[in-house]
Amino acid sequence: MSRVHDMGGRYGDGAVDPSDSATFAQDWHARAMALTLAAGALGQWNIDVSRHAREALSPKDYSRFTYYEKWLAAMADMLVHQGVVTPEELSTGHATGVSDLASRALKADAVAGVLAKGSPYQRTDAEPAAFRPGDTVRTRRPARNVMVTGGHTRLPSYAAGMPGQVVLRHGAHVLPDANAHGQGESPEPLYAVAFSARDLWGDEASVQDEVILDLWQSYLEPA
Amino acid sequence: MPHDHDPDHPHALLPPDPALRVKALETILTEKGLIDPAALDEIIDTYEHKIGPQNGAKVVARMWSDPQFRAAMLDDPMPLLDDMGFYGRQGEHMVIVENTPEVHNVVVCTLCSCYPWPLLGIPPGWYKSDAYRSRVVREPRKVLAEFGVDLPEDKKVRVWDSTAEIRYLVVPERPSGTDGLSETELEALVSRDSMIGTALAKGLKA
Repeated sequence: MSRVHDMGGRYGDGAVDPSDSATFAQDWHARAMALTLAAGALGQWNIDVSRHAREALSPKDYSRFTYYEKWLAAMADMLVHQGVVTPEELSTGHATGVSDLASRALKADAVAGVLAKGSPYQRTDAEPAAFRPGDTVRTRRPARNVMVTGGHTRLPSYAAGMPGQVVLRHGAHVLPDANAHGQGESPEPLYAVAFSARDLWGDEASVQDEVILDLWQSYLEPA
Repeated sequence: MPHDHDPDHPHALLPPDPALRVKALETILTEKGLIDPAALDEIIDTYEHKIGPQNGAKVVARMWSDPQFRAAMLDDPMPLLDDMGFYGRQGEHMVIVENTPEVHNVVVCTLCSCYPWPLLGIPPGWYKSDAYRSRVVREPRKVLAEFGVDLPEDKKVRVWDSTAEIRYLVVPERPSGTDGLSETELEALVSRDSMIGTALAKGLKA
């Protein structure tokens, strides 16, 4: 049911290494980041499609790849799936011709504007909010995409089927479960929901601690 | 290395060395007219030199200094961040959370690596590591201790798992004895990690 990226709460990863603090530990990390942003600017996929492409790497690849290797692999997969690049071009390392999309290429003088413009995900055309801050809710269980088998979702497994309390209303946002799969934006009210650490992890957690997640209305039911 | 063609995962056709993999993709896309290498240089320069935690530190220092600004940031930060030039990609929907004597906030993205780029830049390696993503939601106090932050048992820890396009910035507690400092002097007390929640402001004890 779950995928390998859904690792919140997992045991066995060892200590965090605060000295691993560089933004780009290798030159190629920076190049991979920039290439990913520039390829994204071609408009052939959205952020949810690209997240799903990384999550859909085989568990073996996801685990053995370093961070930017996941980005590169997902980008290569999306470029081929969208017909932007052919498998033959990936194999030979060279293009067979200029792309029809070449007019969309991000130019150096447009970079600052594109990064500053961002890409807002809030929408106004959604169903009304069903919950208010203070309301008690329960999350969907299991954590899954109910429209696409094995599809993208942003409900982590560790928070599935759990009681929580709404703490913030964020307005309506694009639903990743639909947007990752060509099913439109389907915006829904989005909430910050607080969960008791004890409910999530049992008595190894401190009684007063909380974990807060941003969750869409369809992930929640009244409790 | 698996280099036979898997239609679901064409990435296996690329060279095994990651630096060569980037090079191959950049070459192919440049030859196709889809990438301007100068644009890549510009993106890298932006996140290496122009956009980084110095932006977030300005926000924190101003919140410490200006009660009206603080109240407005906690209520609706986007118009003010836009005024400061700190709106942009991966920071379209910011929420500011404040540490207090009673509550310590810490931010993670367990599912990927969501992070407030316009205020903090590109995340450090540890933020994207499996160990941080898997553990900080379950045992935040132990993870914070690995960063040298030992929280008292009676202080509440609130872990924010960034599962949507909302991005969170932690405002660390202002250290005592800093009343006379200017905003610029205060900025120097605000580290990147203190705005993620894995450090305190410089000069502060847990």
